[in-house]
Amino acid sequence: MISLGALGGALEQGLVYAVMALGVYLTFRVLNFPDLTVDGSFPLGAAVAAKLICSGVDPVLATAVAPVLGFVAGATTGVLNTKLKISGLLAGILTMTALYSVNLRVMGRANIPLLRSPTILTTLRGLGIPGSIAALLLFLSCAVAIKLVLDAFLRTEFGLALRATGDNEVMIRSLGVNTDSMKIVGLGLSNALVALSGAMVAQYQGFADIGMGIGMVVAGLASVIIGGAIFAPTSIGLATFGAVAGSVVYRFAVFFALRLGFAPTDLKIVTAALVVIALSGPAIRRASLGMERRRAAGHGKAEASSENVLARNH
Amino acid sequence: MVKLRHLRKTFLPGTTSGRMALCDVSLDLAAGDFVTIIGSNGAGKSTLLNAVAGVFPVDEGTIIIDGQDVTALPEHGRAPVIGRVFQDPMQGTAGSMSIEENLAMAARRGERRRLARGVAQKDRKAFRDYLALLGLGLENRLADPVRLLSGGQRQALALLMATIKKPKLLLLDEHAAALDPRTAQDILALTDRLVKRHGLTVMMVTHNLRHALAFGNRTVMMHEGEIVLDVGGPERSGMTVADLLERFHATRGERLADDRILLEV
Repeated sequence: MISLGALGGALEQGLVYAVMALGVYLTFRVLNFPDLTVDGSFPLGAAVAAKLICSGVDPVLATAVAPVLGFVAGATTGVLNTKLKISGLLAGILTMTALYSVNLRVMGRANIPLLRSPTILTTLRGLGIPGSIAALLLFLSCAVAIKLVLDAFLRTEFGLALRATGDNEVMIRSLGVNTDSMKIVGLGLSNALVALSGAMVAQYQGFADIGMGIGMVVAGLASVIIGGAIFAPTSIGLATFGAVAGSVVYRFAVFFALRLGFAPTDLKIVTAALVVIALSGPAIRRASLGMERRRAAGHGKAEASSENVLARNH
Repeated sequence: MVKLRHLRKTFLPGTTSGRMALCDVSLDLAAGDFVTIIGSNGAGKSTLLNAVAGVFPVDEGTIIIDGQDVTALPEHGRAPVIGRVFQDPMQGTAGSMSIEENLAMAARRGERRRLARGVAQKDRKAFRDYLALLGLGLENRLADPVRLLSGGQRQALALLMATIKKPKLLLLDEHAAALDPRTAQDILALTDRLVKRHGLTVMMVTHNLRHALAFGNRTVMMHEGEIVLDVGGPERSGMTVADLLERFHATRGERLADDRILLEV
């Protein structure tokens, strides 16, 4: 029997990771930039928040600092790519790798437990919100608020220019937009969301760990892809809703995969396979179409030559 | 209005494939001039347009538009004074964004992008009126993503976008070449209408000698990175395509192996 509590846990996780998925949506879908900084900026947010909380800083303030540093991390990738002309993928990998050292420096060790520390969740309980729904309430309102703000932002003059940078750089540059700045700001905002998500996850699960970012970008991408597949978004609002819902569906899928007996360590290959299948769909469809066409053409040729033989026999 | 002085540009300098694409090109356009630019492949027509647009910096020379020296400005820095339409209809518009969003971005050409609403309600009325000029019914499809439009419709939209905020100089780089002949004719007619309506100064590259003479008030021919012919006024109005070719041969004192490319219709 699956307990309601366990399902609630999957929902909470889906919502808290949805903030990260919205960040991934911003780079992968809006900016059309495959940003791997995420694997480093997610634990960066966790590390900063955990360290600050352990140093006696108010958890709300500690959580608010995380996205600022996440922005810096993302903007670094942006500068590497646009100003130093390093390819987008490599720029992200470089920042991610450097962040591993940064995160260890921030934490001072590989793991900071937060089980007995105040967190944003204990702050909510202090306000009289029952502990059983505190996390759900916080993460739901956070994901929804960020989704709505992101929607509004993407419809501003600045947001239009950002979207156009991902769609058609030549055009938007001819309309006077500095596409380098757009990419730097877009990557910064994306990683700010990712780091915020990391900070909240650390407080939710009760620790920050140096390895908690591994595979995060793939998980975020899986959420965005699942959301896109379910909602076939025709508008910004639907697309961001898809990212949030996709994150929830993804966490439920993980939950059930574990129930089916998958080892937690196997989940990354399952997620990777999921993303491969989703991304390769169009290519496989094209390839199989091409094969059919070739087969049809070959068939036609064979018929033609047999006709020739017949003609000669005549 | 536009002063191009001694522009030089060499691609891949110092290598065996190094090639001087512009050698000492100077050209003056008065306000309201509509110059058509012709020449065979590799003559430097597109290079000249891209140099003016700021796609790459020139090695030497100055570019002055409306009294402002823009030579040192990057591409996006020149956008306040330049409107552009590209050969590929996909390049002038953002396919994933709606018609009204594309127009809104164009209406803010060269301006600082703020956190104000991208498409305001009062914009929509103006966009609708402006789109109605095309007679394509796009004024009723403001929220449709541009990728749903045909190549001709996208190019018509790109033309509107380049001129919605009157540019000091409009650059057209074979903007009808990728379309079927009928649509190309429509796009050129629309170009003429918009240029006259706004009284624009234009540089238009074309492969089609007929179009080069039929549109604009002046024709410039380029060859191997130089301007070899510049005709306008009464001399040009009596000209035929054959005359134009004749003049070209006389100037160069040689026969072109690729007349066919020049004559391509």
